[in-house]
Amino acid sequence: MPVNVGLAQLSDHFLLATVFFYALAVLAYAGDFAFGRHGAAEAVPAEQAALVAEQAKIAVTAGVAARTKASAPETAAAGTLTDGAGQAGAAAQAAANGAAGTGPAVAAPSRWRAGGPPAGPWIRAALTLTVIGLATQILGIVTRGMAEHRVPWGNMYEFVMAITCAAVMAFLGVSFRFRVYPVGLFLMPPIVLALGLCAIVLYTGAGPLVPALHSYWIWIHVTAMTVAIGSYIVAATFTVLYLIADRYASKQATGFGAVLDRLPGADALDRLSYRTVIFAFPIWTFAVIAGAIWADQAWGRYWGWDPKETWAFITWVVYAGYLHARATAGWRGRKAAYIQLAGFTSLVFNLIGVNIWITGLHSYAGIN
Amino acid sequence: MLDWARWGWRQLTSMRTALILLFLLALGSVPGSVLPQQGINPQAVQQYYAAHPALAPWLARFSLFNVFAAPWFAAIYLLLFLSLAGCVVPRTFRQFGAARQQPPRAPRNLSRLPLSVTMASPLAPDAALAKASALLAGKRFRVRTGDGWISAEKGYLREAGNLLFHLALLALLAAIGMGGLFGYKADRLLVAGQSFANTVTALDQFRPGRLVSASGLQPFSIALEKFNARYVTSGPDTGEPAAFNAYLSYRAQPAGPTQHYDLQVNHPLNVDNVKVYLIGHGYAPVFRVTDGTGHVVFDGPVPFIPVSLNGLTSEGVVKVPDARPQQLGFAGVFLPTTVNVAGKLESAFPAPYRPAVSLVSYAGNLGMNSGVSQSVYQLNTGRMHKLAIAPRPLAPGQSMRLPNGMGTLTFAGYRQWISLAITYDPGQLPALFAAIAALVGLLVSFLVRRRRVFVRAADAPEGGATVEFGGLARTESSENFGAEFEGLSKDLSAALDSPASSDLPSSPDERE
Repeated sequence: MPVNVGLAQLSDHFLLATVFFYALAVLAYAGDFAFGRHGAAEAVPAEQAALVAEQAKIAVTAGVAARTKASAPETAAAGTLTDGAGQAGAAAQAAANGAAGTGPAVAAPSRWRAGGPPAGPWIRAALTLTVIGLATQILGIVTRGMAEHRVPWGNMYEFVMAITCAAVMAFLGVSFRFRVYPVGLFLMPPIVLALGLCAIVLYTGAGPLVPALHSYWIWIHVTAMTVAIGSYIVAATFTVLYLIADRYASKQATGFGAVLDRLPGADALDRLSYRTVIFAFPIWTFAVIAGAIWADQAWGRYWGWDPKETWAFITWVVYAGYLHARATAGWRGRKAAYIQLAGFTSLVFNLIGVNIWITGLHSYAGIN
Repeated sequence: MLDWARWGWRQLTSMRTALILLFLLALGSVPGSVLPQQGINPQAVQQYYAAHPALAPWLARFSLFNVFAAPWFAAIYLLLFLSLAGCVVPRTFRQFGAARQQPPRAPRNLSRLPLSVTMASPLAPDAALAKASALLAGKRFRVRTGDGWISAEKGYLREAGNLLFHLALLALLAAIGMGGLFGYKADRLLVAGQSFANTVTALDQFRPGRLVSASGLQPFSIALEKFNARYVTSGPDTGEPAAFNAYLSYRAQPAGPTQHYDLQVNHPLNVDNVKVYLIGHGYAPVFRVTDGTGHVVFDGPVPFIPVSLNGLTSEGVVKVPDARPQQLGFAGVFLPTTVNVAGKLESAFPAPYRPAVSLVSYAGNLGMNSGVSQSVYQLNTGRMHKLAIAPRPLAPGQSMRLPNGMGTLTFAGYRQWISLAITYDPGQLPALFAAIAALVGLLVSFLVRRRRVFVRAADAPEGGATVEFGGLARTESSENFGAEFEGLSKDLSAALDSPASSDLPSSPDERE
């Protein structure tokens, strides 16, 4: 079937609009950092603070004990500074003090999960722009697939589109669940950059697939890879922020520390990253297995150490190392974070380096 | 001595060693993707030798052109799997031993747990505990009751999933090893109209596993009836392949019925558990050579090898050892769609729209009896001389008369050929099952969370019972436990008719 030129052009317009909306979203995220009201105390609406305080009070009366981290005093401070919650704030403060000592520990929930910094106007604008951009991106990908009558991730240009789309979806998923919206400031610029570069350097006109890709396995293998890579990108963003936050945690909240003020704490970032990897790793495993099954049908062996396979294997091994390191004394924390970034580096190399410098059976990228 | 061995074993099976081995495995794979590999692309290895004559032998000394079969690479993964086995197998036995293990006693002070709530109940302490026990058992907790307390745990499958994952990896390695020992790979070029049987002599390249006997190959035979290639005829991708169909007829047994199969890329033929793949195609021009004595000394197709994928320009040689008075040899190109670009012949399209051959003719000694094996795709012209004929492309049906009464060559037409990859890997299905088991184990170990809850009930001063309910999640990233605990405490206070059922706990902080 011939390529539907009109739809292909529509797709290009949608993807251009995507870059535009994402770029605006970056500005809005930055605006939140620059002009948004800082500090959890001001940002927490009164009723929510009251709720937190109420919970803290119940916690005291009901004898709920929780292990406290650095987050407890922050929430406690939120309580003290908000009208009508002073008493509970004091209680929570006492609880936090108690946790530090030996007495019965009582604490409020950690900030990033129970509320996170709630979305201010800048964040709301940024999220709206991100969602609009995501919608145009999905439309762009879908119309491209319809124009070509095939899976819309069959060459490098389309694959980068799909990966960035998956990354934004994963980011929105995590941030709506855990309210870590300000992380968008650090995730979206690379996405905008990747999309822009992709549109300029990698652009490939709509066309059919080479026979080697004529298989329903492209839907299974490449789609799973896309979802996993998108999630790994988000996890890597969290980890980089964790490393920075961990470094500046001891210092005063000035300079870069003030920027970090709007982000979840180092511990929370570390855990978010871990959870995202936990989500991505089985999908990556599945994608590698699906790729092996496809390779068996296409090339007569399920594993042949093709460069792409080798790097997928290296990536898998390093992320497996990260998961183990995080559960091993002496490796968790910064060391584990570095391991995850090593895994991410091999992932990126597999995406870019292997396609450009190493020829193998996976040379479908359309890069010459 | 024994102490040393014990110490060594402990070191090997420690997580630290496993981690280091894991990274060595990743690091060791890198040269395998950066340097050309003998098993994947032997020509590239030869080119590398030519380009780096000083460096290449040193790289070869460390097996860097054959990383994935290198002793040091095997040492890494065997040590890793030994370490894995040493860690996982004892854990598996412990897991079986723990299958009926009871949760631990309830701690004295439940309010020190990450999550706890106190409620009052009009029931007597024993009755309250019985209700709580029934409630938790109904929610598939493993319940242990003691004097005034209940301890319950859920999520034992997590450890089982983790073990399944690691054991499945061991099984995967075993399956790969089995394929390497009992499997084989072979290639075969097949011209349309021809057939072959799956015997060592009929296969072009035969790479058996260590324990494969040449006489034990599956006795099928395959004939290529027709091959169709379709190409993109318009747009920017003109000349790109669109579809390949090889129409095969085959017999699984010599006396068996003939079956038919439309072989395509991505759709291998499975015959007797052997898989046959379509991996290449090309043209085989048909030549008829009459020698100086008037005898037809050659008549048949000669596979030419594509040298440019775009126009499928193909090169090949014709060897006529039976020609008299002198042996004849021809080397040249086959052009599917011949065009003349500034006096140079090229092929503009891979389909045979205007096929032609252009040959250089030689006479003399082909050197085929010298005992040195020769490639059928190369002409050894050392003891031959070039015949003086003006090079002229031949269209199908055209002939070329050789000078000095050496004879005539006719380009009778062309056929197509396909190259087949034949693989037998008995470890394949076990490897697939092992991989699926590993994935299932991974998902179970990630999704199942271990959590414990405890109930203590004591006489309340004003009658009834004071019931303490506490819980802790035993695995990281289980903040959902907060919601679960909340739900459980609601259910519990309802079961106990507790008036304080609204006093619910806040969600917990996460635990490491």
